Order: sequence, then structure tokens, then C-alpha cells
Amino acid sequence: MRVRFSVNDREQVADDVWEGESLLFVLRERLGLPGAKNACEQGECGSCTVYLDGVPVCACLVAAGQAQGREVRTVEGLASADGLAPVQQAFAECGAVQCGFCTPGLLVQADDLITRVPDPSDAEIREALAGNLCRCTGYEKILEAVRRAAELKAAGR
Amino acid sequence: MDFLRPTSWEEALAAKAERPEALPIQGGTDVMVELNFGVHRPAALLDLGPVRELATWEPLPDGSVRVGAGVPYARLIAELGDRMPGLAQAARTVGSPQIRNRGTVGGNLGAASPAGDAHPPLLAAGAAYEVESAAQGVRSIPATEFYLGVKRNALRPDELIRAFRLPPVAGPQYFSKIGTRNAMVIAVCSFSIALFPSERRVGTGLGSAAPTPLRAYAAEEFLADAADWDGDLDEAVAGRFGELVGAAASPIDDVRGTAEYRRHALGVMARRTLAWAWNDHRKGALECA
Ligand SMILES: Cc1cc2nc3c(=O)[nH]c(=O)nc-3n(C[C@H](O)[C@H](O)[C@H](O)COP(=O)(O)OP(=O)(O)OC[C@H]3O[C@@H](n4cnc5c(N)ncnc54)[C@H](O)[C@@H]3O)c2cc1C
Ligand code: FES
Ligand code: FES
Repeated sequence: MRVRFSVNDREQVADDVWEGESLLFVLRERLGLPGAKNACEQGECGSCTVYLDGVPVCACLVAAGQAQGREVRTVEGLASADGLAPVQQAFAECGAVQCGFCTPGLLVQADDLITRVPDPSDAEIREALAGNLCRCTGYEKILEAVRRAAELKAAGR
Repeated sequence: MDFLRPTSWEEALAAKAERPEALPIQGGTDVMVELNFGVHRPAALLDLGPVRELATWEPLPDGSVRVGAGVPYARLIAELGDRMPGLAQAARTVGSPQIRNRGTVGGNLGAASPAGDAHPPLLAAGAAYEVESAAQGVRSIPATEFYLGVKRNALRPDELIRAFRLPPVAGPQYFSKIGTRNAMVIAVCSFSIALFPSERRVGTGLGSAAPTPLRAYAAEEFLADAADWDGDLDEAVAGRFGELVGAAASPIDDVRGTAEYRRHALGVMARRTLAWAWNDHRKGALECA
């Protein structure tokens, strides 16, 4: 089947999509957007987190056809012409990235958090990131990066 | 495989009547896992996402609330926490934020897993489920009659779940769940309590405790009779309540826990949630006086 939806503000069309295929597969394998990662395909790791109509979801659990006519934003769409998004800048600054596999999902999920909650507490950060697994960093640097991202965003960066 | 996209409830019922083998999909948090792992190859997917009626809720004239099967947990927590505190507490424990943004009570009912977190609070609060088919119209199924076996429910092949209804909240409600982490856990076992002080009645719901979610009737009746509704909670009464809840279970040994552990944990959760609920009940009674 054909699926048409917007990704990072651009209309996209994917053809020959299998009806049982996930949005994640379409993004990565048909549209050439490998930012969202495929690690577990069962909603456990959060590496595939993308915005669907402004709400963070696991792209591996959305059927491609369910994205028809909707707006998807992936990690590739976080930066703007002015440069990196606050979350991206903060993750780089704080050394919150090691192998990087979990990073795209964490960036989208953290971006949503600091958009909704401008000055999140540690408890709020932990709860927001409870569905994003990282096997490298031990999370401390990630918490630091999210706090820093909130500061950068508040400072209008 | 076909991908069916009805855009209204009528169209959805017509599609299900014509293709009873089509697998409904809402949040996809159960369905897609099975598709990704090749557990299922349904002949068709019936996407209920575009059916707007399913994503709305409304208060009814008698004070009860009717909630569309497609309202995700995140909205239930944000919009309905005061009208269904037990269910909202359970919703907060489901998966992760991403899962709660997509997952729905309708999907939990469709999957009918004994570990599903929506079932205990729905049972305790006295919910009914509204199901419908093009041929037979609407049926209202009490929660107690909906669960037939492990992952089996009372839905007929041409029926879809439209909504669940909960009576007005009449007293304190609590939910408790055992797992290895504070997120992303399938319940080892779970328990929910609802008090109806003006009727001197108690509701319970047990999860991961038997092939289906269930109520502990003997425990409910015991507590309703033995408790001093105008006084403090008697420890011996609470203890016996916990024992009776444990006795209502017929749990299994599996990777998440042993039957013995589950029975024990259910008793502990029953006593604990009862204490919280009774505390609220007494505080409420004193404030009113
Ligand atoms: C990582 C992860 C963590 C999870 N954690 C929890 C947890 O903590 N607690 C918990 O209870 N569950 C958990 N789940 C399971 C799942 O999220 C829940 O069961 C959820 O409620 C399913 O809702 P859904 O809308 O996504 O269902 P879907 O996957 O869309 O559907 C589930 C089933 O219901 C049927 N169905 C859906 N809508 C209808 C309808 N309107 N009429 C008839 N049938 C219908 C479908 O055909 C399917 O059989 C988890 C899942 C994942 C992937
Ligand atoms: S790949 Fe989607 S949650 Fe792990
Ligand atoms: S940096 Fe390697 S998994 Fe997080």
C-alpha cells in the first residue's frame, strides 16, 4: 500500500509498504531517515521514539498505515537553521553520549519534557525517561544533560 | 494483508461485520509487538485510530462516566483522575510515557491479559463495558462477566469495544502493583480496592492472580460486615481481609514469581491499600461532620 504523511515538515510518500510494517521500518528503510533506532521492536527501549502529531511514541509500535495524513518529527527534525536544538547541544556538552544508540530516542523524549515542563525536577526527568534504556552511560550524564537543556531553552537558545 | 481505515464508528462496525477476522488496532502496543515478532499474521488490520467517537469521554446524567475505548492512558490520567482515581493510578504504572501516550483501556480489554493493569480497578469500581456489532446492536457487559480465560474475553467475532462506563466515584479507590521496577513492568500481581461508604460496600480487583482478573467476593463481604464504618480500622479485620484476598487467588509459578509469593503479596497489598482507603474514608467523614 501507499502511505503519505509529513516528516520533519516535508510531505513524504512511501510505496509498496507491507500492511503490517511499522512506522519505524518505513522511516529507516524506505525514507532514508535512520535517526530513530531499531533495538527491540517491542516498545521496551525507547530508541525509536519520534513525535507523532506532537506526542512522543515508539515508532516500532505504530503501524505504518496509522501514520497516514499525520505529522511525524524525528531526531533529524529537532535542529533548526540556527543550529542544534537545546537538547542536542546539552547532550554533546555534558558527555551524555557514548555509543549513541539510545541518543536519538532520548533526545526526542527529553525535548518533549522540557517543552512541557520548563524546569523539570530530577523525579520528573526520571519518570519522563523511564522508557528509554541506555546500556552505556549509567544515566548520570543524561540527567545532567536534560537539566542543562532546560537551562539552554529557558535562556532562549 | 489488508489495512482497513474506517473513519466513523458505523463504518468500523460494518467493516468488522464484513471481515470478522480483521484484527482491530488502536494504540498498537500489543498488536505491533506480535506483528514485529511474527506471532500473528492477521488477514487484515482494522485501524480504529481515525474513529473519533472512540477518543472522547462524557459524563452521563446519573453521574457515571462513559469513556471511549480509544482514550489513551496519558489522557485518562490528565483528564479523568478525579472521576476514576483507582483506574488513573493503574494507568500511571503502565509501561512508560511513550506507551501511555498510545496504549488504551480498549486495547487492554481486547487483549484480556490476566496481568492487564486496567482490569483490577475497573472490577473494583463496578465498571461495565459497552460492546457493539452491526447486526446485534449494543450490549453492556458487566466487568465481572467479561473475562472468560487467559487472554479470552466475551467479545463476539463481529463485535467491537465502544466504551467503558464507571459509576460516580463514591469513596476512596486505590491500586497497587508488584514489579521489579517502578516502570515498564508487567505486574507480578496487582490489587485494587474501592470503598462505597454510603452503601457500606467494598469492591476489589485482583490481577495476575488467576487465569482471569477477578474479584475477591468473600473478602468484600467480610470487610463490609466486620468493619466499623464509623470508626477506625481494626487490625485483625484488615488482616483477615488480606487473608481472604490471598485465598481468592489461584496463581501460578512463572518467571515473574511463584504462586506462594503472589498469594502472600496480594494479602499485603490488600491490607496496605485498605489502610490508605480507610484513612481517606475517616478523614472524609470527619471533614463532613
Ligand atoms: C513496553 C510495553 C510495556 C507495557 N506495559 C504494560 C503495563 O505496565 N500494564 C499493562 O496493562 N499493559 C502493558 N503493556 C501492554 C499494552 O500496552 C496494554 O495492554 C494496552 O492497554 C494496549 O492498548 P492498545 O490500544 O495499544 O492496544 P492494541 O495493541 O491496539 O490492541 C490490543 C488488543 O485489543 C484489541 N482491540 C483494540 N481495540 C479494540 C476495540 N475497540 N474493540 C475490540 N478489540 C480491540 C486488538 O485487536 C488487540 O487484540 C505494555 C506494552 C508494551 C509494549
Ligand atoms: S525499538 Fe522501539 S522501543 Fe525499542
Ligand atoms: S550511549 Fe550507548 S546505549 Fe546509551
